[in-house]
Amino acid sequence: MIHFDNVTKVYQNQNRPALDHVSVDVDKGEFVFLVGPSGSGKSTFLRLVLKEERPNSGAIHVAGKDLAKLSNFKVPHLRRRIGCVFQDFRLLPNKNVYENVAFALEVIGKPRRFIRKVVPEVIELVGLEGKAHRMPDELSGGEQQRVAMARAFVNRPMILLADEPTGNIDPATSIGIMKVLDRINRTGTTVLMATHDAAIVDSMRKRVVELEDGKIVRDQSRGVYGQAY
Amino acid sequence: MRANFIFSEVWIGLRRNLTMTIAVIVTVAVGMALLGVGLMINSQVSSMTGYWTDKVELSVYLCGKDSPFPACRESGAISREQKVALETTIKSMPEVDTVEFEDSAKALENFKLSENNRTLSSIVKVEDMPESFRVKLKDPEKTAAVTQNIEGQTGVSNIINERDLLDSYFGFMNRLQAMALGVAFLMVCAATLLIGNTVRLSAYNRRRETGIMRLVGASNVYIQLPFVLEGVIAGLIGGVFAAVLLIITKVALFEGIQTYMAVPLGWDTVAAVITGTMAVGVLICILASFITLRRYLRV
Repeated sequence: MIHFDNVTKVYQNQNRPALDHVSVDVDKGEFVFLVGPSGSGKSTFLRLVLKEERPNSGAIHVAGKDLAKLSNFKVPHLRRRIGCVFQDFRLLPNKNVYENVAFALEVIGKPRRFIRKVVPEVIELVGLEGKAHRMPDELSGGEQQRVAMARAFVNRPMILLADEPTGNIDPATSIGIMKVLDRINRTGTTVLMATHDAAIVDSMRKRVVELEDGKIVRDQSRGVYGQAY
Repeated sequence: MRANFIFSEVWIGLRRNLTMTIAVIVTVAVGMALLGVGLMINSQVSSMTGYWTDKVELSVYLCGKDSPFPACRESGAISREQKVALETTIKSMPEVDTVEFEDSAKALENFKLSENNRTLSSIVKVEDMPESFRVKLKDPEKTAAVTQNIEGQTGVSNIINERDLLDSYFGFMNRLQAMALGVAFLMVCAATLLIGNTVRLSAYNRRRETGIMRLVGASNVYIQLPFVLEGVIAGLIGGVFAAVLLIITKVALFEGIQTYMAVPLGWDTVAAVITGTMAVGVLICILASFITLRRYLRV
């Protein structure tokens, strides 16, 4: 599903590569934690998957497509198959929960009938039933992140990228968020989550890929955050 | 493509940026109106040039009883025989097409027709008007040679080339046109920059929305179209105002001076000018929006 082959990314005006000869394979339906300290290359990895950045060398395949050969005007179609969740939620403050989720479908030209059908389903899936008409500032952080997840998942993407989704949320609420991610993963969606949160990684017991200074230092199925083994 | 989604985005953008939108509308309106006036003057001048070139005459004035002209001082008033001789000479010139004699009575009649000053018209008598030959040339460009040949003849007081009069008049019109077009060019530049700035502000105001649109895979058209349409709609409204200004110009200005123009400026010309300026206005808006979006809305 996601295939990195010897990928190196150096940002302009920087000597040290953000990613240094990274090779990873993520299969369909997998749940993968991307861990490592700040600046280790986690976010760069996610940006490369979205083709927001281009690698300096190496090949990236996402959902069977070679990103180097993907023309610019087809990038939006790639992104429709990838959902994204961020630490800062990125909701539209002037739209309510329903409208925020529906926005993702409206802007890719889905018919209204389809939107009316699927949006309530997804809102229920993330556990926000009954709150469809709340505005974002009336919701807790955890609830806002659920809205963001609903928006990321509403178009049934093949891949869900989560960049520190629990970074702004207290540990108790984070468990709920992880349950939703797990639920999404069980529908067959590949989930790739960059995180600092050791407790979450330890409790989930999923595959862990650890980056340090742009290099992969560990790739372990059913791993934990630290190297306490 | 969901039209109502795009139009609601456009509406929100225009409303949020109301001051800039108004600035764009005013600039486009004034710029396009001036461009239109320039084009209208241009069409007026060219139709008048065509009209007058056929009618341009040399007026060969003859010495009367007390002509003050130095050429008449020695010979005095022209005699009947001299008149006939002069007419034959002029007619025999190869460049000359027709020669017509205008006597004092006819001259007075013409004078009274074209003169607005009543007092002046009432005190001028037949004897005050000079007689003249109206000489029409085969080729209106060849006045210089003919003038030179007639100038020395006895009984000729002076020669007026109507073309000189027209040239100074057309010169004035051309300067007016150049000024209108020059100011129009500046206004178009200002409008382009303003539209660019408006679109940039709009893109900045909605960076959150466009960021999410990018993320969920909205196509470039979907992301950019609202911004381009904002520019186009502002441009169109400006164009409508420009059209109103042009119609007012036609009614108030061109119809006012029509009596001196001989060829009136038709409504069909005005319609063509309005269509043209509107097309230019909208095109400028589209171009300015696109160029700005390429810089400020990375997709």
